[in-house]
Amino acid sequence: MSTSIRDTQDPGRDAPRAATRDTARQGRIRDINGPIVTIVLPGIRNGEQVRIGELGLFGEVISLRGDEAIVQTYESTEGVRPGEPAVGLGWPLSVELGPGLLGGIFDGVQRPLEKIALQSGDYIRRGLDVPALDRTKVWEFEPNRELEPGARIGPGTVLGTVQETQTIVHRILVPPTLSGELDELAPAGDYDLEATIGRLRDAQGHTHRLKLFHRWPVRKPRPYLRRDDGVAPLITGQRVIDTFFPQLKGGKGAVPGPFGAGKTVVQQQVARWSNADIVIYVGCGERGNELVDVLETFPQLDDPYSGRKLMERTLLVANTSNMPVVAREASVYVGITMAEYYRDMGYDVVMLADSTSRWAEALREVSGRLGQMPVEEGYPAYLASRLAAVYERAGRVETRGAGSGSVTLIGAVSPPGGDFSEPVTSHTKDIIETFWALSKELADARHYPSIDWVTSFSGHVHTAAEWWHQEIDRHWERRRTEALALLARDAELARIVNLVGPEALSSAQRWELEGAALIKEGVLQQSALDEVDTFCSPRKQFALLDLTLFIFRRGAALIELGVPVQELQQLPLLARVRRSKSMFNSDQVDQIEALKDEAGRTFDRMRLEYAQANASTA
Amino acid sequence: MSIKEYRTAAEARGGLLVMKHTPGVAFGDRVLIKDHSGGRRNGQVIRASDDETLILVFEGVEDLDLESTWVRFLDEPVEIALSPELLGRVFNGLGEPKDDRPPILSNIRRPVGGSAINPAARTYPREFIQTGISTIDGLNSLVRGQKLPIFSGSGLPHNRLAAQIVRQAKLKDEDTSFSVVFAAMGVSYADAKFFRDEFASSGVLRNVVMFINLADDPPVERLTLPRTALTAAEYLAYDLDRHVLVVMTDMTYYAEALREVATAKGDVPARKGYPGYLYSDLAEIYERCGRIHQRHGSITMMPVVSMPSDDITHPIPDLTGYITEGQIVLSRELHNQGIYPPVHISPSLSRLMKDGIGKDDTREDHPRVAAQLYALYARALETRNLASIIGADELSERDKRFLRFADAFDQRFVGQGEAEDRSIEATLNLAWELISTFPRDTLTRMSETDLAKYYQGAD
Repeated sequence: MSTSIRDTQDPGRDAPRAATRDTARQGRIRDINGPIVTIVLPGIRNGEQVRIGELGLFGEVISLRGDEAIVQTYESTEGVRPGEPAVGLGWPLSVELGPGLLGGIFDGVQRPLEKIALQSGDYIRRGLDVPALDRTKVWEFEPNRELEPGARIGPGTVLGTVQETQTIVHRILVPPTLSGELDELAPAGDYDLEATIGRLRDAQGHTHRLKLFHRWPVRKPRPYLRRDDGVAPLITGQRVIDTFFPQLKGGKGAVPGPFGAGKTVVQQQVARWSNADIVIYVGCGERGNELVDVLETFPQLDDPYSGRKLMERTLLVANTSNMPVVAREASVYVGITMAEYYRDMGYDVVMLADSTSRWAEALREVSGRLGQMPVEEGYPAYLASRLAAVYERAGRVETRGAGSGSVTLIGAVSPPGGDFSEPVTSHTKDIIETFWALSKELADARHYPSIDWVTSFSGHVHTAAEWWHQEIDRHWERRRTEALALLARDAELARIVNLVGPEALSSAQRWELEGAALIKEGVLQQSALDEVDTFCSPRKQFALLDLTLFIFRRGAALIELGVPVQELQQLPLLARVRRSKSMFNSDQVDQIEALKDEAGRTFDRMRLEYAQANASTA
Repeated sequence: MSIKEYRTAAEARGGLLVMKHTPGVAFGDRVLIKDHSGGRRNGQVIRASDDETLILVFEGVEDLDLESTWVRFLDEPVEIALSPELLGRVFNGLGEPKDDRPPILSNIRRPVGGSAINPAARTYPREFIQTGISTIDGLNSLVRGQKLPIFSGSGLPHNRLAAQIVRQAKLKDEDTSFSVVFAAMGVSYADAKFFRDEFASSGVLRNVVMFINLADDPPVERLTLPRTALTAAEYLAYDLDRHVLVVMTDMTYYAEALREVATAKGDVPARKGYPGYLYSDLAEIYERCGRIHQRHGSITMMPVVSMPSDDITHPIPDLTGYITEGQIVLSRELHNQGIYPPVHISPSLSRLMKDGIGKDDTREDHPRVAAQLYALYARALETRNLASIIGADELSERDKRFLRFADAFDQRFVGQGEAEDRSIEATLNLAWELISTFPRDTLTRMSETDLAKYYQGAD
C-alpha cells in the first residue's frame, strides 16, 4: 500500500472525490432566480460547495433532479447570466478550526470581515475567497509531553497547546475523523497554520499530516464521547435570569420578544457578563449598528472573571439583515460548529443567536423560491425539525480528550407582531428548557430587562438550587418561591385595583402591592447602562432579594398588629432599598446586609412604639 | 456583450413581462421597452434562464401587446448618474428629471442596488442630533447615522413633524446643516407639494434632492425609488462628505407595490399576502444608513410608515421596527386632543440614544431624566385608566398627583409649537419642572447628585 501523505483538512475526506478537486467538474448555469440558481452539472452531490458564474460566487447544492442541481448562493447574483460556468468544489460547507478565531468577526460563511474590509473596502465585494484563519501568523506550539511516538491517538486527543489569547489556551486536537498511531510530534516552537506539527499513521498504513487547524463540515455535529447532564448554572449577573429563571451551562434557551422589548440588550448582557469561557455571538439577519456596538465596546470592556478584555474570549459571526439571505441560514451552523470545537477543548461555550426568526425566514425564502408547499405562515414543513436539530447541538458533553465541555445555546426569537403563537416561537418553545419571555408592556414602562415573570420559565431551577444552596445560601430556593408567590399575588390584586381602585384593598393587601413593587424595582429591574448595576454577583443577588423579602415580612407583621399601611409606605428606608442595587457594587454585599440589620432595628422600634401606644390607649 | 433586441414577448401581467428565447441576459440588468406606439418604458430582469426572461416593467404593462413590443437588453445594471448638480433637483424613481430640466450628465454612474456595508467597516453612531422636539431629544434621541422611523396613521401630522425635523435638525454646538434626500412613494400631490413648499420657505431647497413618485404614478417604479434615492444619498455622504438626512414617505406604499409584484410573480405569501422576503427587502433599504470608518459624511434616515388601521403589529411597521433603531410613534388620541406633535412616548424608542447622550454629549442628568420621566408617565397612564373606571374623585392624593402630571406632561412636554425649536437644555429643564412636582424620595431613577443640583420641589 502507499504511504501517501494526506491533508487532514479535507472535510469530505473521501479519497477519490478529494482527488478530483484539481480537475474540478465544471457545468453551466441554466436559470437565475434571486439567490436560487439552477445549474447543469451531472454527478454533483447534495450539499456540495459550488462556485457560480464568472464572478465565482459561493453557493451550496440543495437539491438534485436529473442532471440539474439547485444551488443556493451566499452572495447576490446580480449580473450573472445563464450559460456562465458553475464549478463543483467537491466538499460541503465547512469551517476552519484552529487558533486565531477568537476576537475575530466573520461573515455567515466564515470569511473574516476585517480582512475583507482591507481587500475590498467599505462594501463587501462578491466572489472573494479569503480563508478564515491567517496563514502568515505564527503560533507558539507547546506539545503534549505525555505523547510519545507510537502512542495510540484518536479523535480529540490533545496534541499540544497554543496560547490563543491571554485568557484562552487553545488545545490542538486530533480531527474527529482520524485515529491511529502517532509517528512524530513536533518539538515546542513557532509554527504557522500550514506547518506540520505531527504525523499520524492510520490502520490502513496511510500517514496523515497534522496541522494546527483542521476543517469540519458545518451541518454535521462534531462527535463527542457521551452526553452529560448540566450541573452548574450559567451565571449571567442578571438577577431576573440567575435568580428567577436560571440557565445551565449546556442548556438551551430562547428569548422571544416583540421589537423594542430589549432582546438584543439581554443577549449582549449575557455575552458580556456570563461566566462562560468562550462567547460566540451570531448576529443573524440583525442590525449592522448593533454588531458594531459589540465590536467597538467589547475590546474595551473587562471580563469580570479574568480581568482581561472581553474580546479575548469572544467571537462574532455577522450576517446583518442586508447581507445575502442564504448566508444567514448558514451563519447559525457556522457559529455552532465553532462553539462545538471549543467545547471539544473542554471549555464552556455560550452561543447567542440573534435572531433565530431571521434564520427561519431564510429557510422560508429558499423554500418559497423552490416552490415547496408552505405549511404555516409560508414556512416549510421542515421548520420544526431543523430548529430542533440546531438546538440539539447544545449540551454538556464528555469530550474525547479534554474532559467536560459545554455549549449553551440561547436564541433570540422575533415573533411578528409580538405574537408568541406564531410558528417559530411555538416550535422553539417545544425544544428549549429556559424561556425568557420579553413583554412589550414592561418595556413600554421602561422596566428592563423586560423578562415577564408570569410567562417565562426555567426547567433548571432544582439543579441550579443545588449550586446556590452550596455556594451562596441554603435559603435560595425558598426566597425565590416566596418572591414569585408575592408577584403572582400582586398580579391578582392589580386586577381588583383596576376594577375598583386601591382604596378597596385591605392594609395587608396594599402592603403586598408595595412588597411586589419593591421586588420589581429593587430586584427585577436592572439597568444595563448603570455602571454599578449592570453586573450583579450571585451573592449580591441573594442579598438584595433577602433584604426585600425581609422588609416585606416584617412590615406585614406590623400591619397585622394594626400599624396603618401609609406609615410603612412613608418609610425613607424603602427608597434606599430601591436604590441599593446601584449604590452598592458586588463587593459591598456587607453594606446591603447592614441595611437589613438597620431595617430590622427600625421595625423593632416601630413595633415597640406601637405596642406602647396601644397599651396607653387601652 | 453586444446590445440585444428581441420581440419575443410571451406574457404581460401585473407589471411583469415574460420574454422567450433571450439567451445570455444577466440577472438584474436594465432593459428598454418600446411599445406599439413607440413609447419607451424601463425595466429590470428579475429572473433569467435559458428559455425565458422575466422583466419587471417600472411603468407597468398597461396597454402593451405581445406582437409589437420590442425589448432591448442594455447589458448594464439599473444605474443613476451622480454629480453635485443633483442638489436642488427633482427626479422620478429611475433618476430621470421631473423638473423640466436636462438630465444629469456625469461619468459617475452607480448601480442603484448598492451592496452591503461590511459591518467591520461601520462606525457606531454616537453624535447627538438636536431636533428641537422635546419628546425626541429628551426621551428618544436621534444620533447621526441612525434610522428612526415615524410610525403614523392616516390623517396624523407625520409630514408636518418630518418637515419640522428637517428644518430644525442640527448637531449641538454646530451649525452645519444636513443635505436632505427626499424620497416620496405613492404620496398625494398635495403632500409632495407641502414638502416642496416647506423646503423652499425654510431656504434649504438648494440642499435637497427629491425623488418623487406620486399616488397616480406607476406603482412598480416605487420599488426602485428608495434605492435610487439612497444611491444619491451615499454619493452625497461618502463622496462629497456631507451629512445626509433621508426622509422617505411612505414605506407602506412601497411595501404594497412589492406585494403587488410578488403576487404577480406567484411568490409564496407569508403574512397578509406580503412575500416572505419583505423583511430582507426592507432591510436592504434601511441598512444603507449609517456611518463608515474614515468617511466624513453620514446617512441618517427617517422613514415614514403609516400603520394600516393604526395597527402597529401590521407586517410593515412590525418588520420595520425589527430593522430600524427604534421608532417614533404618533397617537391619534393625542392628536384628537389637539396636541402637536402627538408623539406617544410609551411605544416610542431610540436604541442608539444611550451612547449619544449624557455628560459629554448633552447633559449629565439626561439618561436618568429620561428613565424617570418614562417611569412616572407609565404610572400616570395607569392612574388615568383607573380614574376613567372609578372616577378621579375616588383617587388618593398620591394618585391625583400622577393624574395632574400626566396632563401637564401631555400639554407642556409633548405639546409644542410647530415653529418651536427647543434646545436640549430647555427640554431637560422643562422635564425637571414636571419631575419636581413629586416628592424627592419617590424619584428612585435619579441620583442624589442630580436631585441636589436640579430638583426644584419643596422637600
